[in-house]
Amino acid sequence: MGAMRPLTRSAQVSRGINARDLYRSLRRRARLGLLFLVLLVLAVLTGAPFVYMITGSFKLNAEIFSYPLHFLPREPTLSNYIRLLNGSEIPFVRQFFNSAVIAVNQTLLSLLIASLVGWGFAKYEFRGKRPLFVFLLATLMFPYQVTLVPLFLLMVRLGWLDTYWAVIIPGSLSAFGAFFMRQSMLAVPNELLDAARIDGSSEFGLYWRVGLPLSGPALSVLAVLTFLGAWNDYLWPLIVLRTAEKFTYPVGLATLVGLYKVEYGMILAGAFLATLPILAIFVLGRNQFVAGLTAGAIKG
Amino acid sequence: MGRWQRRLAPYLFISPFFIGYAVFFLYPVAYAFYLSFFKQVGIGSQPSFVGLGNYIKLLHDAKFVKSVFNTTYYAAGSVFVIIPAALALGLAFNTPRLPLREFFRLFFFTPLITSGVVVAIIFGLVFNQPYGLINNYILEPLGLPKLGWLLDPKLVMPSIILLGLWRYTGVNALYFLAGLQNIPPEIQEAAAIDGANRWQVFRYITLPMLRPTLLFVIIIAIIGSYNLFAEPYLLTGAEGGPNNAGLFMTMYLYLNGFRYLKFGYTAAIGYALTIIILILSLVQLRLLGAFRED
Repeated sequence: MGAMRPLTRSAQVSRGINARDLYRSLRRRARLGLLFLVLLVLAVLTGAPFVYMITGSFKLNAEIFSYPLHFLPREPTLSNYIRLLNGSEIPFVRQFFNSAVIAVNQTLLSLLIASLVGWGFAKYEFRGKRPLFVFLLATLMFPYQVTLVPLFLLMVRLGWLDTYWAVIIPGSLSAFGAFFMRQSMLAVPNELLDAARIDGSSEFGLYWRVGLPLSGPALSVLAVLTFLGAWNDYLWPLIVLRTAEKFTYPVGLATLVGLYKVEYGMILAGAFLATLPILAIFVLGRNQFVAGLTAGAIKG
Repeated sequence: MGRWQRRLAPYLFISPFFIGYAVFFLYPVAYAFYLSFFKQVGIGSQPSFVGLGNYIKLLHDAKFVKSVFNTTYYAAGSVFVIIPAALALGLAFNTPRLPLREFFRLFFFTPLITSGVVVAIIFGLVFNQPYGLINNYILEPLGLPKLGWLLDPKLVMPSIILLGLWRYTGVNALYFLAGLQNIPPEIQEAAAIDGANRWQVFRYITLPMLRPTLLFVIIIAIIGSYNLFAEPYLLTGAEGGPNNAGLFMTMYLYLNGFRYLKFGYTAAIGYALTIIILILSLVQLRLLGAFRED
């Protein structure tokens, strides 16, 4: 429509501006395109090791360690998966199951404990509240490595060595979880609690029927983070789990590394299978992931 | 009855956590301190008091000193290589109208969610000499000689830093993105109208306003460096490979505690680690706090 207008002086001026705008927008587009290309290359570099893990799991060992390299398997085989799943080298299925039992229970228990303490701190005034809170904050400066030996000796004394308990119980006590739940439970309106009290609710009922349901998003963030940590942990299970039947999958897979260099295809198959549950959770709960990981950063 | 319940309730709510925390964290922290002044080897043996002996021995332990050096080397790599890369990526994520922006944000984050053990398994192939990905798909096409990434003591730490770059750049970029989105765009626009070029806007507006994020990211990166275990342990071996080139502090702690069963000595390593992390965190707070004055 504008082009149909007769060319007045002012229109000529505005066409000049349009040319400059066009140049600018071209430049911005070129820059955007370049950035996009760079990110694409970086994405390929980031993804390639994962893809190579998957393609490698369908290769015979001789093909993985042969020259020249082939990214895709030349003779795809399922033998790695078959040997892994029938347990000829390690009881992988059992170890996968152990990981699942530990990660699920550790997640549930730590949600319960963290939400209880968070509720206590967020919604009640009591003697010793401030000092306890500051004290808890101060204990964050101790890295977990300090506790490894005494905690191991404690597990020996409790008779928990080589049991799920040894992994689940210490793992479900997180000061971060306590702070995180307190922070989100502060937002539960007090009027709601007073109304429920008048209706005859017990204090525990307030937590269970008001506090927990209103903290759904925070609980799901904490659940995703705790499950991820428990599913992937290596050092502590390595210390307290002693027999192959009790190992979690990282401990089990690690026994194959270095020991049987010839079994790399099978190790890759195990690594791939063990990553699938995490990938599923990531796809379903990606917002929780991002929210959980950036929760601390924004406050600085 | 109702009032009693209300008075008692908070203590009941917080007690499961605090009882557990006392038994499974605070007691071990305190007991490790006590144990660090004793010599105890093996579970059944009687601890004997050695005063500061363990700490003095640490200073003369060449492997311990090497592990501190290696860990610090990696931490420096995190701060000076991984974090700048993450900042650049965060700025890229923040570019308006970038195609596939959401995809990139999530995709670069995926290396973080895999287990350290799985990462070590994958990178055993990435770094392999001569059958590794880098040697065959990057160096060879460029006509460069293949490198023994994990075999040459000089290349071991750069390799681990490269692994860290792959694994942690994405999540740190998300931290920076969160920080960038907290900066009101009007401030940057105002500076641009006043004639500041892109670099000046970044240097004098964006970067100073990212200071809290930067502080957080650096402290997390340093703590993460001192926690690193699975990847170097599995890639370079329990003692860190040739010349202990890949020996990290947590590996040395594990080695002493659970291979040699030197419990007292391991407790001292744990406290040395605590002191180092504490000092570095305080230095960070000071440094970045001091910048605030100008």
